[in-house]
Amino acid sequence: MTDFGFTLSRSSALDLTKADTRLYERLCSLSPDARTCMGCGSCSATCTAGPYNGMSLRKVILGLQRGQDVRPMLKGCMLCGKCTMVCPRGINTRQLILNLCRIYD
Amino acid sequence: MKENVVIIGGGVAGMEAARQLLFLGYNPIVVEQQDHLGGHVSQWNRLFPDMASAQDLVRHMGEEIVDANIFLETKVNFINRLREGYLVMLSNGVSVACRAILIASGFRLFDATRKEEYGYGVYDHVITNADLENWFNGNADSRIPAAPKSVGFVHCVGSRDLKAGNSQCSKVCCMTAVKQAIEMKEHFPDARIYCFYMDLRLFGKKYEDFYINAQQEHGVQFIRGRISEVGETLDGRLQVKAEDTLSGKPLRAQLDLLVLMAGMVCNPDAAELARMARLEVDSDGFLRSADNIAGIVGSNRPGIFYAGACTGTKTVPETLAEARSAALDIHRFIQGK
Ligand code: SF4
Ligand code: SF4
Ligand code: SF4
Repeated sequence: MTDFGFTLSRSSALDLTKADTRLYERLCSLSPDARTCMGCGSCSATCTAGPYNGMSLRKVILGLQRGQDVRPMLKGCMLCGKCTMVCPRGINTRQLILNLCRIYD
Repeated sequence: MKENVVIIGGGVAGMEAARQLLFLGYNPIVVEQQDHLGGHVSQWNRLFPDMASAQDLVRHMGEEIVDANIFLETKVNFINRLREGYLVMLSNGVSVACRAILIASGFRLFDATRKEEYGYGVYDHVITNADLENWFNGNADSRIPAAPKSVGFVHCVGSRDLKAGNSQCSKVCCMTAVKQAIEMKEHFPDARIYCFYMDLRLFGKKYEDFYINAQQEHGVQFIRGRISEVGETLDGRLQVKAEDTLSGKPLRAQLDLLVLMAGMVCNPDAAELARMARLEVDSDGFLRSADNIAGIVGSNRPGIFYAGACTGTKTVPETLAEARSAALDIHRFIQGK
């Protein structure tokens, strides 16, 4: 076939209806406080690892709600627990991350 | 003989002011266009933050003012200035001379058909916050499916929208959306509930608790992004588009029901009253208070007072507090103090 130099780009749109949120639901059954995240970004702002490897707990939680694979980001966490100290909703974020690692294992 | 005070509007503001004026020894004359008292509140089901029954509140308030003169299905035809006070002519042929008038004409719910992109009145499963309350009150609504799998709430419909001619925040609809989201989850435990918001403005007593409760106990998902358009799929579901601004990606969803949080706009009748009585209108389209901090219930005319949503969006407790405050100011005005 002649190559006209065109390609089809995949849509970057998220589809809420098709999102597979089973992982998120499992996480919420272990860490019910995960549901109360309001996306403030304090955890990501204070994260020691984030600036170097892209770890953002806010994006991890959001990604799970949208049914995305967040493992690559999760790998960047050193489990230092700093984020737990700043979360205004009092979410035990370090525990949440540990629970998520267990689910992925 | 007891002195007359004309109260224009028989919603909760007018009712509460009438109650206080009766107590202070006046003869309140409540003029209401509808065939019942209680205004918007009488059409509501439960009120935040304690989920009290709106009907009970209105009924109880009505019992307190049985001694007032209440004219239902009546309008103000004109207001004439007298040497001392005003002459108010009503559509039922009654005219009242009085030294003080309270305007409690309230708000009007934004007409959601004007936001055409949301398809209210076009698609089968798009309703407003008021429609939902009506359904909670036990009235059938064929637009609400028997077992919806997913329900969306759109915040700020006709509010914070310069194009719709209303740049203001309606203040109560974020909380109403959270309340209604919880109530829908109670009706339909298997449904997924989404709130599409631009900012969450949950300023009042216990509002934030409702937000946390909606997230934690009811799994309501809050998506920061305004729905830009709604379409219908071949099988009659709604297809909505928004940006998931927290992830920076476009987002789509199919919903079985969409609830529009129609905002509060000034009752157009207030503009008519303003013209009759030469009252000033504020830059937001609502009646202009004598002072937006210290004189909310005062107007630019002696003897004319305001209470409730005629001067801006108000919660029910704010409205009741203003009504009491206005009654006291009217008392002081008439006493010449
Ligand atoms: S525990 Fe992980 S996510 Fe939290 S601050 Fe430390 S490195 Fe960042
Ligand atoms: S600090 Fe807490 S509430 Fe804020 S984004 Fe992180 S987990 Fe969510
Ligand atoms: S209260 Fe919330 S929904 Fe209502 S106009 Fe303000 S921001 Fe929008």
